[in-house]
Amino acid sequence: MRGATQVRWAACAVAVALAATACGGGDGDGGGGSGGADGIVSSSWGDPQNPLEPANTNEVQGGKVLDMVFRGLIRYDPKTGEAKNMIAESIDSKDSQNFTIKLKDGWTFSNGEKVTAKSFVDAWNYGAALKNNQKNAYFFQYIEGYDKVHPESGSASAETLSGLKVVDDLTFTAKLTQKFSLWPDTLGYSAFVPLPKAFYDDHDAWLSKPIGNGPYTIESYAKGSSMNLRKWDDYPGEDKAKNGGVDLKVFTDNNTAYTDLTAGNLDLVDDVPASQLRNVEADLGDRYINTPAGIIQTLAFPFYEKEWDTDDARKVRQGLSMAINRPQITDQIFQKTRTPASDWTSPVLGEDGGFKKGLCGKECTYNKAEAKKLIDEGGGIPGGQLKISYNADTGSHKEWVDAVCNSINNVMGNNKACVGGPVGTFADFRAQVSTQKLTGAWRAGWQMDYPLIQNFLQPLYYTNAPSNDGKWSNQQFDDLVDKANAESDKAKAVTTFQDAEKILVTEMPVIPLWYQNGSAGYSDRVDNVALNPFSVPVYEEITVK
Amino acid sequence: MGRYVIRRLLQMIPVFFGTTLLIFLMVNVMGDPIAGLCGDRQCDPATAARLRSEFGLDKPVWQQYLTYMGNVFTGDFGTAFNGQKVTELMATAFPITIRLTIVAIVFEVVIGISLGVVTGLRRGRPVDTTVLILTLIVIAIPTFVTGLLLQLLLGVEWGIIKPSVSADPTFDELLVPGLVLASVSLAYVTRLTRTSIAENARADYVRTAVAKGLPRRRVVVRHLLRNSLIPVVTFIGTDVGALMGGAIVTERIFNIHGVGYQLYQGILRQNSQTVVGFVTILVLVFLAANLIVDLLYAVLDPRIRYA
Repeated sequence: MRGATQVRWAACAVAVALAATACGGGDGDGGGGSGGADGIVSSSWGDPQNPLEPANTNEVQGGKVLDMVFRGLIRYDPKTGEAKNMIAESIDSKDSQNFTIKLKDGWTFSNGEKVTAKSFVDAWNYGAALKNNQKNAYFFQYIEGYDKVHPESGSASAETLSGLKVVDDLTFTAKLTQKFSLWPDTLGYSAFVPLPKAFYDDHDAWLSKPIGNGPYTIESYAKGSSMNLRKWDDYPGEDKAKNGGVDLKVFTDNNTAYTDLTAGNLDLVDDVPASQLRNVEADLGDRYINTPAGIIQTLAFPFYEKEWDTDDARKVRQGLSMAINRPQITDQIFQKTRTPASDWTSPVLGEDGGFKKGLCGKECTYNKAEAKKLIDEGGGIPGGQLKISYNADTGSHKEWVDAVCNSINNVMGNNKACVGGPVGTFADFRAQVSTQKLTGAWRAGWQMDYPLIQNFLQPLYYTNAPSNDGKWSNQQFDDLVDKANAESDKAKAVTTFQDAEKILVTEMPVIPLWYQNGSAGYSDRVDNVALNPFSVPVYEEITVK
Repeated sequence: MGRYVIRRLLQMIPVFFGTTLLIFLMVNVMGDPIAGLCGDRQCDPATAARLRSEFGLDKPVWQQYLTYMGNVFTGDFGTAFNGQKVTELMATAFPITIRLTIVAIVFEVVIGISLGVVTGLRRGRPVDTTVLILTLIVIAIPTFVTGLLLQLLLGVEWGIIKPSVSADPTFDELLVPGLVLASVSLAYVTRLTRTSIAENARADYVRTAVAKGLPRRRVVVRHLLRNSLIPVVTFIGTDVGALMGGAIVTERIFNIHGVGYQLYQGILRQNSQTVVGFVTILVLVFLAANLIVDLLYAVLDPRIRYA
């Protein structure tokens, strides 16, 4: 067996070669090396779920990149969430329905092409068109002609939105199907950014290396593993990058990202894993950020089931809400990365934006005796048992669902009054929720698209709204929302929305549980790290020591 | 021998179709993947319908399976939800996992067999007992514990390695992950070799070799080891497939973007194209590895050749 011997020798040689380089790692080249204004920030990332098109990106990971590479008409202040003009010189309307949008001069894409009214109109038409399968197409639903380019079923009868007209190079007009005074404030969402000609000319090439008009340009993009963004020196905006660039690195597991941060190989982790929350203070000290994000978590009910759509069931829902010990759960299970909810919006809106602490009042406060009384008055839990469905694959929902049930069972003095109902995958869970298959309660969550009170109410509770999965319907609520949208004075619109929100207190279509925080940790190489209201790091502000 | 090979090749065909069909059905049983694509909100019905027809999800499962298999034979494994071709994903994932597997196998061969020979020749001595206890410990501890522990100690505490590997890792970056991945099999290889050596050490041909006055080294390497390796080679051969498919835990811990990671992502996002595609390839690897082992078996020892 001469052959076998040779194979063995070859194997040994390989092993020796490997051993020789064994200790080659760990020479600490995690960061970019140089510091100061040219320093590169390395940050954790997740693989975007969808192709990186502005109107097709609906999750945080892809949104993060768009936020670095694009600027739109409006930008939400990273600190306050306030909508401020960016490329827009002005957005005017006399009747809250016909808007004239004027652009600032001097904006270009990073390939030199000018940002014009056409760049916006073409991009919006692309996003709205049914044939392009854009998941955020519904953002254009208020513009006239949307039902033609994106019908509920069948094929489109128009190519472009009839409500959009280019007036000149820097002006265009938009006509809406209804009065919507806060509409300009929605335009900061990434679906509304302009697109360069290159996007349509060579779509595949653009997708493999997107070109935008933001403070960063994409230097290289290896799908599924990393993206290197560099500061664009000629960026015309005021929010120029204060670092040399950002290297995004995809992690298979956020625990590994956290380990890499503590080992000094990574500068920024924008999602501290739940299992590390106990150690995070000790590991990072004040380099741990835990600030409110525009996310609220709720318990939803099936109003398509008769037994839940009665006056008695209303009392039961109020009772259930009072039976949940929110502060205890947010402290013990979430380690204070959630704040007990006392209305249906989010603290990031601010008082002026419509957040009102305690709007829900005693109905959202733990009260054992009152809770039991209300549930009993309402004839007990429909079906005798409350089943809370959740997806078991991500987000560790089991822990808090069990805790909520525990709290309810305690109040009812019956350890079978509430049980968790795990569903295998998120997709299956969503399929059951959106096709009205669930007969009990389910966990629901809402991440805002733009910091407006309207976004927390209308898509969720308006009759037949796209995310009104429980099919709750209330004429009074709908009327108030319509009224608020037609209001030309912003402050008045907000208070009218709050009036609508007060109906939710007595009807309790969903039980507000808690507001979610964004969490992040960073290395001592970087400074000025903050999360915006969408819980995305404000990358351009980060400085490297 | 020729007939034996042909028969084995023919046997592979039903196994291949059976496994792919099973995987296909399993992924489809999990429900509608489009529902999860829009996050905590409902996709608008028109877009969802278009996506469903684009991915062929609106057709009956048997028809989906037939179309899929038809495409596979032309080399088209479909598209993942993020717009990437599955073949593109494979082209990045498989080389990394193959590298990881090679590292693991080398560890198994070098450390496993050497330890096995040493302990087999010194039965009952302290070395033997120590190694046996060590292998018992390794077998008893789950891979993720060893992985996380090594990552914490070597990566964070002592700073010898980086806790996570780069996007396109080199062999030296994969040493620790490879060792973790190999650990359990390595223990088995040690024990297999030890038993086999211990048994054959008393065989007639070894006594003859010693009686002939051959140097001890030659007796051990040429006569004893060669005959004792047959079961070990079998084990390592079948292990190739197991290592490639079973690397999910190791790959997650060390941030390796290989086959395990892609499979995990595919299952989480219920992306049947990715899952079925990768599993199909893994099935082929398994079948090929098994075939080669069986052939080697027959070549090495004619007494156990079938037919």
